[in-house]
Amino acid sequence: MSAHAQPAGPSLVDRKLPPVTEVGAASMIAVAGGVIYMAAYLPKHAPIWFALVLLAVAAGLQAANAFLLWRIENFAWGRFFQVWRWSLAAYLLIAGMIEFAFVFDHTRGTALVLLTVLLGLFMLNVPVLIAFTVARYQATD
Amino acid sequence: MAVAAQAAPGLSAERPSFEIVPRKGLPIVALVLIGVVVAIARDSRWGLVFCHVVGGGLWTGIDLFVGFVIGPIIGRMSIPARIEFSTRFMPKMLLIMPTIVTMTLAAGFQIARQDAFLDTSNPKHAWVVASFFVVGVMAVIALAYLEPANVAVLFELRKPQPDGQVIERLMKRFVYTAGITGVMQVVTLIIMTRLVS
Repeated sequence: MSAHAQPAGPSLVDRKLPPVTEVGAASMIAVAGGVIYMAAYLPKHAPIWFALVLLAVAAGLQAANAFLLWRIENFAWGRFFQVWRWSLAAYLLIAGMIEFAFVFDHTRGTALVLLTVLLGLFMLNVPVLIAFTVARYQATD
Repeated sequence: MAVAAQAAPGLSAERPSFEIVPRKGLPIVALVLIGVVVAIARDSRWGLVFCHVVGGGLWTGIDLFVGFVIGPIIGRMSIPARIEFSTRFMPKMLLIMPTIVTMTLAAGFQIARQDAFLDTSNPKHAWVVASFFVVGVMAVIALAYLEPANVAVLFELRKPQPDGQVIERLMKRFVYTAGITGVMQVVTLIIMTRLVS
C-alpha cells in the first residue's frame, strides 16, 4: 500500500449533522448538576425541586437528541448501534457501582429515586455520544 | 460532498494491528472494580484510602503527564510514528482512565462519608462540594468530548485508508481541553490537601 494513498470517496469531516454532541454535553451538565446537588446534602435529603428541574432539563435534552438522531438520513446506523451496545454495557456497570454506593450509604426514598433516574440518564447519554462520534465518520450502511 | 478526502502522508502506511478495547486488560479491570466493591461493602478504611489515593494519584498524574508532556511530544513526531504510538497507547487509555476514575470517585465518596465531610454542618463540607464541582467539569469534558474522540480515532485508524482530516479534527479536542483539565487537576490537588490538613 502506498504511503501517500488517498482514501476512497469524499472526506466525512465536513459533513453537516445536527449538534448531537453539544446537546448531549448540555444534558450531561444538567445530570452532573443534579447529582452534585443531591450528593452535597447526603445523607440528609435535599430540597428536591431544583433537582427535579435539572432532571427535566436533562431528560428533555436527551429526548431532543433522540429526535435529532432519528431525523438523520444516510447514517452508519450499523456501526452506531454496535458501539452504543458495548458502551451501554460498560456504563451500566459504572452506573451500577455508583448506585451501589448510594444504597450502601442508606440513601432512601425520593432522594434515591431522583439519583437513580439521574444515573439512568447519564448511563443512556454517554453511549449515544460515543456511538454518534464514531458513526459520523463512517461510510453510510 | 465535493471535498476530497485526504490521508496525511504515512497514514496509509503499514500500521500495527490492534484491538479497540484490549481484551487482555479486562480481567485486570474486573479485579480492580471487585476490589473497590469489597472495600465499600466491608467499609474497610485502609481499602478505601488505598483505592482513593492510588486511583486519584494515577488520574491526576496521567492527566497532567499526558496533557503537558506526552501530548506536545506526540505533536512533534512524524505522522507514521504518531500513528504507531496512538494505536498502542489509546486502546490502553480506554480501559485505564474509566477504571481509575470509578475507583477514585467511589472510594472517595465513602471516605467523605466516614469522615463526616458530607455533613452540611462540617466546616470542610464546602471543600467536598467544590471537589464534586471539579469532578463534574472533568466528567463532562471527558465523557462528552474526549472518550468519544478516542474511540472514533481508533475506528478511523482501523480503516484500510484512514482519513487524516478526521483524525486531526478529533485530536484537536485533546489539545483544546488539556488546559481546562490541567487547571481542574491542580484545583483537585489543592482541595484534597486542604481536606486532610
